[in-house]
Amino acid sequence: MKKSKLPDPFAAARQTTGLGKMDDQNDPVTMVLGLKDVRKCAHAWKAFQSGATPGRIVVPSEVAIRTTRQIPFEVDPPEHKDYRNLVEPWFKRPLEEEYSAILSQQINDIVDEVLTKDSVEVVEGFSLRLQSRALTLLLNTPFEEAETWISWGTHVFRSHGNDLDGDKANILYDYIDKRITQAIKNPSNDLYSMLLQAEKDGKKLTREEVKGVMILTFAGGRDTVINAVTNSIAYFAEHPKSLEQLKESPEMVNNAVEELIRYFSPLTHMGRVATQDTQVCEHAIKADSRISLCWASANRDERTFENPNEVILDRKVNPHVAFGFGTHNCLGATHARQIMRTLLTTLPKKVKSIDILEYKENIEELGEFKRKVGYDNLTVQFNKK
Amino acid sequence: MAKITFITRDNETIELEGTSGSVMQLAVDNNVAGIDGDCGGVCSCATCHVHVAPEHQAKTGEATEIETDMLELNDYANEQSRLCCQMEISEELDGIVLQVAESD
Ligand code: HEM
Ligand code: FES
Repeated sequence: MKKSKLPDPFAAARQTTGLGKMDDQNDPVTMVLGLKDVRKCAHAWKAFQSGATPGRIVVPSEVAIRTTRQIPFEVDPPEHKDYRNLVEPWFKRPLEEEYSAILSQQINDIVDEVLTKDSVEVVEGFSLRLQSRALTLLLNTPFEEAETWISWGTHVFRSHGNDLDGDKANILYDYIDKRITQAIKNPSNDLYSMLLQAEKDGKKLTREEVKGVMILTFAGGRDTVINAVTNSIAYFAEHPKSLEQLKESPEMVNNAVEELIRYFSPLTHMGRVATQDTQVCEHAIKADSRISLCWASANRDERTFENPNEVILDRKVNPHVAFGFGTHNCLGATHARQIMRTLLTTLPKKVKSIDILEYKENIEELGEFKRKVGYDNLTVQFNKK
Repeated sequence: MAKITFITRDNETIELEGTSGSVMQLAVDNNVAGIDGDCGGVCSCATCHVHVAPEHQAKTGEATEIETDMLELNDYANEQSRLCCQMEISEELDGIVLQVAESD
């Protein structure tokens, strides 16, 4: 029962100083590890800003490969709210009946398909495909677009041995440019067209702003969803009884989704830049240096979570921060939750068990910490009911 | 059966009746504006924040520590705050009035 475990590498540091240190391209990061401290720093947007040089709050920093500001992610209040209000209703569409019905069909189809195979590499052969197809719903673009996104592989920004791959990023940026041009010429009901029509302060969004929202939508919803889905498959492979349980008690699905997302914390941390000399956990933070809010560590904080390193699928009270906290909380959470709820409803109906045949863990190197966030590859056999 | 009244941010009064489940779910099922229940009731999103009228606080009881921790940094939280996903519907709640809290 070890292959699906995600250990907590932060415990000792969280319990002593509450902080971790890592370097990143000579722009070091002080990682904030405790749940309450993470919340506090996320709330303190004046002292710890998101609206720094584009790319700098991401770890590893994307300053060297990106100049476009991601919106609303790299904007601080009060302007943040103006952008957020523009996009929020669109990102709530996953709650609509038609949306969830199509999503359900998509997930049914891909589960049926993998059940016919002797072996499936889950990351590319299941999660990436599921994620890409579902994203066509969120963007309201033709289903066929998913094939293009799938062909990019799992790492649009990252390829092996090269954490930040400018060429790969350009594939995405060029693609988005083309799609914006197309939407200007032939407006439709897709997200690009909606954004091109949208106004802030009485003015239409610029092309650069539209690009900033679209890059974020692609980037923010890719690895995160892929890891959540892949890790779920590994978990159910080692816990077939949980599949049974979910089938018998579908009312458990919501709690199970939140618990898996807490445990997996698919986004390990996110940075902020200090605007002034300040302090975190009695530790001096210099103006213009970086901290990060470590959601993954906060979600194992033993001061709040009982048995934090156990997956308790029916955990009822679960104040996790896997989707962030406060101002910048995840805009894609409704979509991500709908994917996970549908997956946890569909798998138990069709799948009896899953055998892990081969796997390679994806370990993030974060200075003194090494964190497993998911798998580079996971080959399994899905067995029919 | 408990009668539960919500007052929305636009001062609309919505009277509902429920027998079981959480107060958040009752509100979401009846489209009470301002109660989104994003996390489905696990106390992780604070999109179910209400203020309990002081005269009804005896019925609802105090917020749990997890709730107050969640709301500690919320500009609209006060002593009347509850996350209503943490309130189970029962006879005891009959007659309470909940004001949907402001949010940023
Ligand atoms: C399980 C999947 C996901 C996880 C764990 C996750 C996690 C997060 C976290 C922790 C934040 C906060 C970042 C910060 O405070 O700086 C965030 C923000 C964001 N996420 Fe997600 N995310 C997921 C899926 C998605 C999806 C599917 C999309 C869209 C397609 C998306 C789009 C965004 C956007 C646009 C923001 C910025 C919101 C803002 O600044 O107001 N995410 N996400
Ligand atoms: S519904 Fe999320 S905290 Fe109550």
